[in-house]
Amino acid sequence: MRISEKFKEGKEQKRSLLIGFITAGDPSIEVTPKLAKALVEGGVDIIELGIPFSDPIADGPTIQSSSMRSLSNGTTTKDILDMSKKIVEELDVPVVLLTYYNTIMKMGIEEFLHEAEKAGISGIVSPDLPPEEGEEYVKLAKSKSINTIFLASPSTSDIRLDNIIDSTSGFLYMVSLFGVTGTRDLFTDYSSQAIKRIVERVNGRVPVAVGFGISKPEHVRNFTKLGVDGIIVGSAFIKIIENNLDNSDLMLEKLNKLAKELSHAANN
Amino acid sequence: MNLKSQPTDGKFGIFGGKYVPETLMPVVDELEEKYNEIKENEEFNKKLSKLLQDYAGRSTPIYFAENLSKKYGGKIYFKREDLLHGGAHKINNSIGQALLAKSMGKKRIIAETGAGQHGVATAMACALLDLKCEIYMGSNDVERQSPNVFRMKLLGAEVHSVKSGSQTLKDAINEAIRDWVTNVESTYYLIGSVVGPHPYPMIVRDFQSVIGREIKEQFPKITSQQIPDVIIACVGGGSNAIGTFYPFLDDECKLVGVEAGGLGIDKGKHSSTLSAGSEGVLHGARSYLLQDKDGQIQETHSISAGLDYPGVGPEHSFLKSQDRVEYVSINDEEAVNAFVEMSKLEGIIPALETSHAIAEAIKRAQELGDKKSIVVTLSGRGDKDTPIIAKHLGNNL
Ligand SMILES: Cc1ncc(COP(=O)(O)O)c(C=O)c1O
Repeated sequence: MRISEKFKEGKEQKRSLLIGFITAGDPSIEVTPKLAKALVEGGVDIIELGIPFSDPIADGPTIQSSSMRSLSNGTTTKDILDMSKKIVEELDVPVVLLTYYNTIMKMGIEEFLHEAEKAGISGIVSPDLPPEEGEEYVKLAKSKSINTIFLASPSTSDIRLDNIIDSTSGFLYMVSLFGVTGTRDLFTDYSSQAIKRIVERVNGRVPVAVGFGISKPEHVRNFTKLGVDGIIVGSAFIKIIENNLDNSDLMLEKLNKLAKELSHAANN
Repeated sequence: MNLKSQPTDGKFGIFGGKYVPETLMPVVDELEEKYNEIKENEEFNKKLSKLLQDYAGRSTPIYFAENLSKKYGGKIYFKREDLLHGGAHKINNSIGQALLAKSMGKKRIIAETGAGQHGVATAMACALLDLKCEIYMGSNDVERQSPNVFRMKLLGAEVHSVKSGSQTLKDAINEAIRDWVTNVESTYYLIGSVVGPHPYPMIVRDFQSVIGREIKEQFPKITSQQIPDVIIACVGGGSNAIGTFYPFLDDECKLVGVEAGGLGIDKGKHSSTLSAGSEGVLHGARSYLLQDKDGQIQETHSISAGLDYPGVGPEHSFLKSQDRVEYVSINDEEAVNAFVEMSKLEGIIPALETSHAIAEAIKRAQELGDKKSIVVTLSGRGDKDTPIIAKHLGNNL
């Protein structure tokens, strides 16, 4: 399914989409599709699969540990692409890959996109690739109908934002705060101000999804009110995985439950 | 191609660039702008020169190592960066960037350190210029370079021991970048080598190029030659090497960068990024890396913490691709032997990092014979390494 169709659906239903992030291969490559299924059954609209990287500079301790668990299982890029195909075929939601740029570079941009296309991937986020360094990548991805999801941050100026939007398709990934990934209890006014400014400036040119730190229904409600089109939740789900490594039934149940609560909050 | 040209669009050939999270993009753009402004500023340059002279101890001498030359052949000279305040070349860069940070209105400085020399130099510059200083250091390095940890603390810096990954320089940089993304508005990241996103590799190179400029001025005064036949420096991230080489890029002399061979490249336990790595993106720049087939960064090994890094400055990758600099590898054992030899023959205890360059110089002197001149950048002194050498040599010392 295309990302744009999903956002259209959300708009029609007057809700923001819930985008769920998990690391592929944590706790194992076999279990990842089950986790995705539990999330989707709980109301997650788009699955974002992280390809683990040894040096995840944009991530806090929760996703760092998750990446290390996956890598210590010996997870490879190829395993992840093969497994993604299964998720795409089984669940009727768009699947997005999150990958540090070195993973793409190592395989070769063209080859990586080709494999992603074969797996049915709808879009790619690369947290350390700004549009300035991604010209060839954007061009090739476009030819394969894979969306290139770039990021905006509270420090992004309006002029930079316009340039970022020109390279962005699918949705814009708005980073809610200054910092790395990881759940936060409270958001400062600064985040709301930044999100408002970005949503206004984007003005419907692409959907805006906000992520980093979001873990509670009240966060989801607050940000949805600011007019964002999607909410991205990662570390909150991964904490559940981390805390239930020895009980996969409970892990699935809790993931499903949190997804339900959050998607319910996105419905307002 | 003019090898000495400034990076275009932040790149040295295809290497370098700005591969950073969006939050940092406006920050590195601003830094580039500010730096390009200030490097032409007379007042800034006066202040920098004065501090380098009166505080850091520049210029450093160039010294003919007679005993070593007599034993191994060639004419071996040392550029004495070990005599600088703090005991290494790192202060050239730390003072420059701390002044830059101050002019940008930043009050908090963060830095990574491997051997602890950059941490010490940065802590000194921050004490001097009244800046808050926090240093990230891999927990492995905290242990093996403990004398420097104590020095940093004495100088008023807070030292964060980093327990993730291989617990060395790479992980210290990861953690410093995470801090930077979190505190962008208040904080200046004072990178210690010619690595990281543009403009850092250019800034650090410019501040370290004083090494090569002085060699160029001093060498003809003490020899009958204008330019040395061979110039050698060790390469961790590559700052003392690029600072040494840069003024000589257009001259006719052999330039040799020495990486850490650890237990041997064939054993897979080393830090010889340029000799054994492949292209990739790490810590904000495209360069050579030690990585597996999936692009996961590999664990490195070197007896010297300052060379124990799976990446290398992008300009070195460029100079390798142009065949302008030859990059070689010296293993732990050879470095330790050079460390001991240098101490016994010249009365100078060199840093373990530097000992790699000295080992290479000894090899080349034997091959080249008496007529050829070799200049080695003595990037630092080895006091910090005495515990590790004592442990390594045990009763053989
Ligand atoms: C004495 C000394 N030499 C060399 C290095 C390696 O750094 P670079 O390659 O940036 O000069 C270090 C780093 O800690 C050092 O302390």
